[in-house]
Amino acid sequence: MTAQTIPAETPAATTGVVDLVNVSRWYGNVVAVNDITMSLSPGVTGLLGPNGAGKTTVLHMMAGFLAPSRGLVTIDGKPTWRNPAVYRDLGLVTEREAVHGFLTARQFVTACAKMQKLKDPEGAAQRALELVEMTGAAERRIETFSKGMRQRTRVAAALVHEPRVLLLDEPFNGMDPRQRMHMMELLHALGDRGHTILFSSHILEEVEQVAGLVQVIVAGRLAASGDYRKIRRLMTNRPHVFAVRSSDDRRLAVALMAEKSVAGIEIEATGLTVRASDYGSFTRVLPRIALDQGIRLHQLVPSDESLESVFSYLLEG
Amino acid sequence: MSTVAFITARGLFGRRRALLLLPLPILLVGLALLCRMYDVSPDMWGQAVIVALGLAVVLPVVALIVGTGVLGSEVDDGTIVHILTKPLARRDIILAKYAVAASVTTVVSAVPLFVTGVLAGSAKLGGALAVAATVGAFAYSALFLLFSLISRRPVLVGLVYILVWEGLLGNFVSGTKNLAIGQYVIAITDEIAPNGMMQTPVTLTTAIVMSAIFTIAGTVFAINRLGSFSLAGETS
Repeated sequence: MTAQTIPAETPAATTGVVDLVNVSRWYGNVVAVNDITMSLSPGVTGLLGPNGAGKTTVLHMMAGFLAPSRGLVTIDGKPTWRNPAVYRDLGLVTEREAVHGFLTARQFVTACAKMQKLKDPEGAAQRALELVEMTGAAERRIETFSKGMRQRTRVAAALVHEPRVLLLDEPFNGMDPRQRMHMMELLHALGDRGHTILFSSHILEEVEQVAGLVQVIVAGRLAASGDYRKIRRLMTNRPHVFAVRSSDDRRLAVALMAEKSVAGIEIEATGLTVRASDYGSFTRVLPRIALDQGIRLHQLVPSDESLESVFSYLLEG
Repeated sequence: MSTVAFITARGLFGRRRALLLLPLPILLVGLALLCRMYDVSPDMWGQAVIVALGLAVVLPVVALIVGTGVLGSEVDDGTIVHILTKPLARRDIILAKYAVAASVTTVVSAVPLFVTGVLAGSAKLGGALAVAATVGAFAYSALFLLFSLISRRPVLVGLVYILVWEGLLGNFVSGTKNLAIGQYVIAITDEIAPNGMMQTPVTLTTAIVMSAIFTIAGTVFAINRLGSFSLAGETS
């Protein structure tokens, strides 16, 4: 638990809008977040990691709803824990979708604007509702809303005071594709306007479509951080392992060894385990070889396609 | 009215548990009315209805339903986050919620107790009960508000306090009566309108001072606890 995953920086360097410096959080003996240092700047950043990696813990610490066991969490240099003043610059959309369902969307967003002590709460609520395209249903009680509408209302409430920082915990969970698209466009637009937006997700494709920058968390540690495309390349260039069964495993193995995209083969009683260095060309070349050799393929299963294995590969690398 | 108080009041009366507030006061006044209609002497029913039902059950249980309803239920369903993510002093949030809890409890318990007191004897007894119930409402509300922040099961903790601490333990260990809000209510009623129904070892001074301590300490602790409010992660 002492290994450092991040290159050591000067500990007190706070450069972004939101900064985590050597932050750890543990619950009894369980370490949920382990020595994370990250810095968020304006734009959309994805917080990617498998379930249970510590994404929510990180978000809650950023939002001042959890004290870091060690380290410092700041927004604009000010600590977030026990400091309600940060909420002037911060909006939070939690994963738990509880809302005061007895209020209409407009009442709810206006109430949030009033609690933010805005000068024109009704006007601010109207703008926020327009932004999430909820003006049509604004007079309906929130408890009558679908999940997506509820989510948009919560985003409107979190945005009503135009915070510089918006944190969203799994915002796409349970949304249908159209709602998802709409939410992604909204986050894009907000990022382009100069808001600092961080959203968590355990789904690679979601992050791919919205965020240019990614912070990858695995088992409480920051596994990768930076431009999405670089991380994507790391992920696709990693060796892929396939389980293959055919009518003649041994002959297939010999033929495959001649291929450049194959890095290694093991012959086992249950079939072949093929390590491919390039996902695309291996999957193209395999059927051709089988055809040429007159071998019948019974099974081709990528054996490490789970997101967890992708993440653990990143962690090793 | 502050927005926090507005949402709190709407939430309190918007939930089905608000209906739980009705049966107890109705039962209290109904029993007293019934006894009056059949000309039963207040000496026979006063103690049972006013003390055993009104002060020992109606007042604390109403305070428990309301006190945990203004905060505990929001903590429970997570809607509290929408109030906490605002640049509001935690003191103002607690005070708004406390004001709603204490005033609703006062109305729902002091009014029926006043009516019952009038039916049992005199307007003086009714007035005494109303004053004492108001003091009790403020102290209980602060305590149950605090329970909402120190326990995930505030209703259970509150019931244990009412039934075990105030109800049961006082019979065996009389010292605990000095730390029981119900006894302060009895002491204050008996002081304003002396009657044969109520006995308590607690003096008026103790009652007043301790009620103030419960109220202030409960509120201050609650403010402090809310300042360190932590969200548990969803474990899926």
